Amino acid sequence: MSEDKFIFSAKAKKSLVYVALAGIVAIIIGILFVQFGGHGHGHESGEEGGHAFHWIHRLYVNLWINSVYFVGIAVIGVFFVAFNNASQAGWSAYFKRVPEAFGNWLPIGGLLMLGLFFITNYTAPHHFHIFHWLDHSLYNEFLEDGSPNPNYDSIIAGKHGYLNEMFFLIRMVAYFLLWWFMWKLIRTNSLKEDIDGGNQYWFKMRSLSAIFLVIFAVTSSTSAWDWVLSIDTHWFSTMFGWYNFASWFVAGLAAITLLLVYLHDFGYFPQLSSSHLHDLGKFIFGFSIFWTYIWFSQFMLIYYANIPEETVYFIERLQSHNYSWIFYANIFVNFVFPFLFLMTRDAKRHKIFLKLVCVVLLFGHWMDFYLMMTPGTLGENGAIGFMEIGVILLFFAGFLTVILSGLSKAPLVARNHPMLKESLHHHI
Amino acid sequence: MDTGKNYILGVYSDEDVLIKAVKKVKGAGVKIEEVFSPFPVHGLDEALGYKRSRLTIVAFMFGALGTTLALTMQFWMLGVDWPMIIGGKNFASLPTFVPVTFELTVLLSALGMVGTFFAVSNLKPYKQPRIFDVRITDDKHVMAIDLATNSSKKDAIKKVLQDSGAVEVNEKTFE
Repeated sequence: MSEDKFIFSAKAKKSLVYVALAGIVAIIIGILFVQFGGHGHGHESGEEGGHAFHWIHRLYVNLWINSVYFVGIAVIGVFFVAFNNASQAGWSAYFKRVPEAFGNWLPIGGLLMLGLFFITNYTAPHHFHIFHWLDHSLYNEFLEDGSPNPNYDSIIAGKHGYLNEMFFLIRMVAYFLLWWFMWKLIRTNSLKEDIDGGNQYWFKMRSLSAIFLVIFAVTSSTSAWDWVLSIDTHWFSTMFGWYNFASWFVAGLAAITLLLVYLHDFGYFPQLSSSHLHDLGKFIFGFSIFWTYIWFSQFMLIYYANIPEETVYFIERLQSHNYSWIFYANIFVNFVFPFLFLMTRDAKRHKIFLKLVCVVLLFGHWMDFYLMMTPGTLGENGAIGFMEIGVILLFFAGFLTVILSGLSKAPLVARNHPMLKESLHHHI
Repeated sequence: MDTGKNYILGVYSDEDVLIKAVKKVKGAGVKIEEVFSPFPVHGLDEALGYKRSRLTIVAFMFGALGTTLALTMQFWMLGVDWPMIIGGKNFASLPTFVPVTFELTVLLSALGMVGTFFAVSNLKPYKQPRIFDVRITDDKHVMAIDLATNSSKKDAIKKVLQDSGAVEVNEKTFE
């Protein structure tokens, strides 16, 4: 196996196509189940804000969830490179091309999300929106004939300055342009360093990374407000940006680790040591606890203060037949399991344990996003079934194809990285 | 370390030499009592064949004790002994107990680790420390060999240390 470059074999591409096909089949099965009520969840409740339910709604919501989730993982790859550069960390220099490759998803994921915003919000039957604030009838206090507007919502009308289509789209485009542009600059310098050597590129990347960190500090929160929080338009939480970031970060770290471990299995990165894995494992362990801390801080304050406008968010989830089990499973899978499982040194140093934890966490944090977005859009018509699995598989195949072809375009090891030697000798 | 009386000390000025020396000395069949160094030397633990510290298990045990104590205390106080309505919550409401439980877990885990470390290392107030060589806090690594635990002759051990790259070989006797 070549040490220099990753070869994205035709066989691997083919199996990803099969995964995508399996996803499409699962989606079709899921649609049939919902359509004919075979799943037991497809009952027309008809009560959800007077909106009738159609299977397209569920498909659209799933597309949006996965779009947000995978863009998050991609931007965390850039974030990983950035904070390692900015903190002059040496240990990760050996495999930094792996998280670096994640940025390849950003332009595609951005266009996809932009397209999905229009498709999911404007083409669904029964005037369905993922974002409640897109309903134009909410904003005018009086109808044209002067009578009071029964749909008028003073709270949402008060948020109109921030939550309107034009500003929302400008922000979305700005996030992606900023993220993609910063990634591109870092990547270009990283590739130039491979050819020219010297320390100047490393210093340049450090400055660029610091700038990216400042940008990401703001945009990670605001993008979470836009894409996730504004679904529950009335509700708000000051912890939400960090909560989303923590979820993205754990998922991103799990994705980086999993990809690295599998590349090592296939013979790449022959000098990857258990010390590298140990540090990645510590990151996953630590930030799983960080996620729990943020999750609990958000829940605790709302639980304790017990203000109806805030508790409604948790009541929707806890008192629902569809979501209460996910609510508890979320805490178990994303906190109890990694906390107890990754606690020992050996679990963090062996590939087999890391593989298990990373797969579970990737699903766990998808579930976290599912729980954030589904109750506010589908209400009691949401469930986890074939359709959800299918959309995940579809996105997974697309994401991995883009990432791996990006990975195959540059040498796997940044051979002139000033910290490379330190990374190879990393020992803990 | 606290039992022996007569020691032979190998003094080294370079940590790479030291690690190689540890392997050589052990290879010659000499039992090393302890190595003192002014800074942590990577790979020294492995070279000496030290077992992994079990302090982490202690940390977990004390942490679990803290969790149990905190939960028992709060459930008993607020649920059984003196139930009070606070903020309209149940008498025994788990979410409100989490912060205190977390704090006590961390506190007992940390204090338990420190206490255990002191006990295991026999660190106590007014203890007279044994100083093998004052330069171990400055710029020299010192390998201490207890004569009582080695069957080889004194001169043979000295020779081994000399050959392994020690800049000095001294004898030290404690009362």
